[in-house]
Amino acid sequence: MIKVKVEFLGGLDIISNHERQHKLTLPLEEGDATMKDVITYICKDIITDQKDVPVFIEDDTVRPGILVLINDTDWELEDKEEYVVESGDLFTFTSTLHGG
Amino acid sequence: MTVEQKKDKKLKVTQLCELCHGRKAVMKRPKNLQKLCKECFFLVFETEIHNTITDAKLFYKGETVALGASGGKDSTVLASVMKTLNERYDYGLHLVLLSIDEGIKGYRDDSLATVKRNQAQYEMPLEIVSYKELYDWTMDEIVACSGMRNSCTYCGVLRRQALDRGAAKLGINHVLTGHNADDMAETVLMNVLRGDSKRLDKSCTIKTESADSPIKRSKPFKYTYQKEIVLYAHYKKLDYFSTECTYAPESFRGTTRELLKALESIRPSCIMDLIYSGEHFELRKKQVTTTYKNNKKKLPEQEVNPDGSVSLKKTPAPGEARKCDKCGYLSSNKICKACFLLGGLEANRAKVTLDNNTYIDGAAKLTKTLEHLSF
Repeated sequence: MIKVKVEFLGGLDIISNHERQHKLTLPLEEGDATMKDVITYICKDIITDQKDVPVFIEDDTVRPGILVLINDTDWELEDKEEYVVESGDLFTFTSTLHGG
Repeated sequence: MTVEQKKDKKLKVTQLCELCHGRKAVMKRPKNLQKLCKECFFLVFETEIHNTITDAKLFYKGETVALGASGGKDSTVLASVMKTLNERYDYGLHLVLLSIDEGIKGYRDDSLATVKRNQAQYEMPLEIVSYKELYDWTMDEIVACSGMRNSCTYCGVLRRQALDRGAAKLGINHVLTGHNADDMAETVLMNVLRGDSKRLDKSCTIKTESADSPIKRSKPFKYTYQKEIVLYAHYKKLDYFSTECTYAPESFRGTTRELLKALESIRPSCIMDLIYSGEHFELRKKQVTTTYKNNKKKLPEQEVNPDGSVSLKKTPAPGEARKCDKCGYLSSNKICKACFLLGGLEANRAKVTLDNNTYIDGAAKLTKTLEHLSF
């Protein structure tokens, strides 16, 4: 079991009942789970209305325009979907599409 | 063990900041794919904006400028960065926050609360002008009258003038807005897709001084990526408001934005490249000769503007600029665009209003009122 934290910022909390912070327990062992699994679990367990999945996902990955941070670091520097998840990790998803 | 300590232990050289080579890189710049740490990112971000400002000579020392403030990420970062740069480089600017209250219940009242917090955080005076006091219409009333479909058209035209009027009220003739590189690129792309060559011609200017407005407008974030603005706000823990307007967004712009985001994920420089293209589009001035049938006399060649109109006077004397017949505001036409739109609305305004008409107050207010009902 891996316990991680997930945050939705920049207005993205609309996909999760306006709840910004979430705790997620992945039923996988440390070393086996990647960012891909986290995304799958978010879609399954956190997104309240399945109609909202396309707001978050496009072509099997996080939609362009949503900024992903792993422990406050741009996921582009952390192998994106291939990142190996560790206990206590914090994943932040921020929408940049909302008005300025 | 904190997250940072845990990650520091197994830091590889390739994970270090490419500028200071000392700290862990936290972000990759979309502009040049450089990996930077937080501190270097802040410095590079602020310095680039400073360079944009000095290259374009946006201000003079001692100038008073209004910052268009919506409470959103762009304007919050604008206020924060302008305050920092003004102090660091001694611009000598007097900064004032200027907000527009469009009268959208459940959206603008919340974001204005953020602006009020910003006012205290950045120690700047704040002026709020509302559509209601300027035009006697709130956006909620306009939408109730004309429907959701055109809401962005009305709001856009009215906001432009409202910012000018708010600035004029404060005796300020320079407004800064938080438009960023993504917004600029989006506008270029949208104008290309629409074939709107007139707008395309000037959509990329950093400072606009148009004939129909006495107020200058500048965009210091013209070359700043949205991603970096969001990251700056996040890492600096700035207080900003992020909820989409409750009225339907302009769908063509929305689709263009998604297209641009998809392009950016393949080629991040495309945003800068689009702005570059926009800057280098130049419309050829058409040369026409006018011949009068009756006297067959050839008039001298006259320059025709890109939009097909003809300037009556090359340089109108100061103070002689045309004014709107209705509101007296500077306008290039007989009646300014705001008055034209409002005139159409006025004709359709309900002659009789029902007592406690909750419909025009928007959906959010209606819900609140219903909560108080008891039987």
